[in-house]
Amino acid sequence: MSLLNTWWWLLPLVSGLILALVSGPLGSFVVWRRMAFFGDTLAHGALLGITLGVLSDIHPTLALLLSSVLLALFLYPLQQRSSLSSDTLLGIISHSMLAIGLVALSLARNVRVDLMGYLFGDLLAVGLEDLILISLAAVICGGLIIWQWRGLLATTVSPELASIDGYPVARLNLLLILMLALVISLAMKIVGVLLISALLIIPPAAARSLARTPEKMALMASVVGMLSVALGLMASWQWDTPAGPSVVVVAALLFLLSLTRRG
Amino acid sequence: MTTDVLLQASHLYLARRHKQVLTDISLNLERGRITTLIGPNGCGKSTLIRILLGLENADQGEIKRAPGLRIGYMPQRLALEPRLPLTVTGFLKLARGATHDAIEYWLDRLDIRLLAAQDIQDLSGGEWQRVLLARALLIRPDLLVLDEPVQGVDVQGQHALYRLIPQLRNELNCAVLMVSHDLHLVMAATDEVICMNGHICCSGHPDQVSVSSEYRELFGHVMPTNLQPIAHYTHHHDHRHCLDGHIESGSKPQA
Repeated sequence: MSLLNTWWWLLPLVSGLILALVSGPLGSFVVWRRMAFFGDTLAHGALLGITLGVLSDIHPTLALLLSSVLLALFLYPLQQRSSLSSDTLLGIISHSMLAIGLVALSLARNVRVDLMGYLFGDLLAVGLEDLILISLAAVICGGLIIWQWRGLLATTVSPELASIDGYPVARLNLLLILMLALVISLAMKIVGVLLISALLIIPPAAARSLARTPEKMALMASVVGMLSVALGLMASWQWDTPAGPSVVVVAALLFLLSLTRRG
Repeated sequence: MTTDVLLQASHLYLARRHKQVLTDISLNLERGRITTLIGPNGCGKSTLIRILLGLENADQGEIKRAPGLRIGYMPQRLALEPRLPLTVTGFLKLARGATHDAIEYWLDRLDIRLLAAQDIQDLSGGEWQRVLLARALLIRPDLLVLDEPVQGVDVQGQHALYRLIPQLRNELNCAVLMVSHDLHLVMAATDEVICMNGHICCSGHPDQVSVSSEYRELFGHVMPTNLQPIAHYTHHHDHRHCLDGHIESGSKPQA
């Protein structure tokens, strides 16, 4: 137990690093497919999932995962259509869910819930169980991404050409969305609902000017993400700033730095 | 279906938002034949192509494809995501069933060897069309579908491309389905023209179609040919340029 007392910070750090590792390639797809808004919607829905979990006495992480996956399946047909028409609808769903989640949380008077923790991430809440879950998710997502890389990329470049080629386009899109739901729901404890999509989008954006191939961009995005997590958490402990925002601030700074490379 | 018919569409109908887009479209695509779809903008050409490719479904009608039919498709345009870095070779590798040897072969065959390591974002319209064509050819298709293949290509490039298509047909012994809005450009390169405007107005050999009353009604009613105010200016170059800018060997007379 004394070991855990001295080394408690390893849990959130390692969890964050592993999360950033999978967020690199996954976030790259989000950027390439312009799914940022979709990620936001999933994250906002996750808060509602937490609330429902708290209210119904299901294990909170399980409730979170379950609601995210259900939401992803519900939103999946929207994503299939052209992004323009679904923009408004996604916006409505996204913010309505955030609002409903917040209202429902405040109504649940008998349970004390740390709202700030959910919105901006709570490092102290990261336990061994979370680390194991995140590692498991990372192995699954990482394996699937590597296994289906060519198909995922071909579908991203042109769903039509990929479909004529015989790639299972619909299944690949679904796979991506489910992986996104999984990672977002697990990332909640580290960066919080409001900033999850930042962790998905900023590292790939920063990696863009450093890479000439999609593989390298995904890899560089992982590196930038992990650097952001490490530096962000250090800053958070140093100056007692909230963890999620600190990580995102570092990522944003790295993005600005990457712009100078473009010349 | 005879053995040479690769794709047979019969009585296709499609309505969208109360507008009848396709009415009673039937056509056969045969091995070794080049078929060109022409028609004014918005006449349903591209929709028909999408249905034939299986990307969309018709409301009514039937499409029979030869078993194991390999289709190579060159789209009219492909929106590129600027945040996705991709080289020409990287792009070609994404085609399912593309082998290293096939990529090497078509890079040389289409004169785009020098583009291989370039970013696809940096290509000109004509270069990008050739890369898209190469992608369609990688699997040595039985049916090659080209949607407005010369869009964004300069006049010289257009002629080069239209010269290339019959050669490719002979080389691969495939069927070719081409979409164009200008019959005169494709005349020489096509065996059959289908002139459509929602329905099939007329079809046949390009020489017949260009003098048919239906074709004239669609395209030529603005001004009788003998009164056309546009003068045709023709000139000849004494050399040809390859796609990457250098002068084709043997195309320039010795001074």
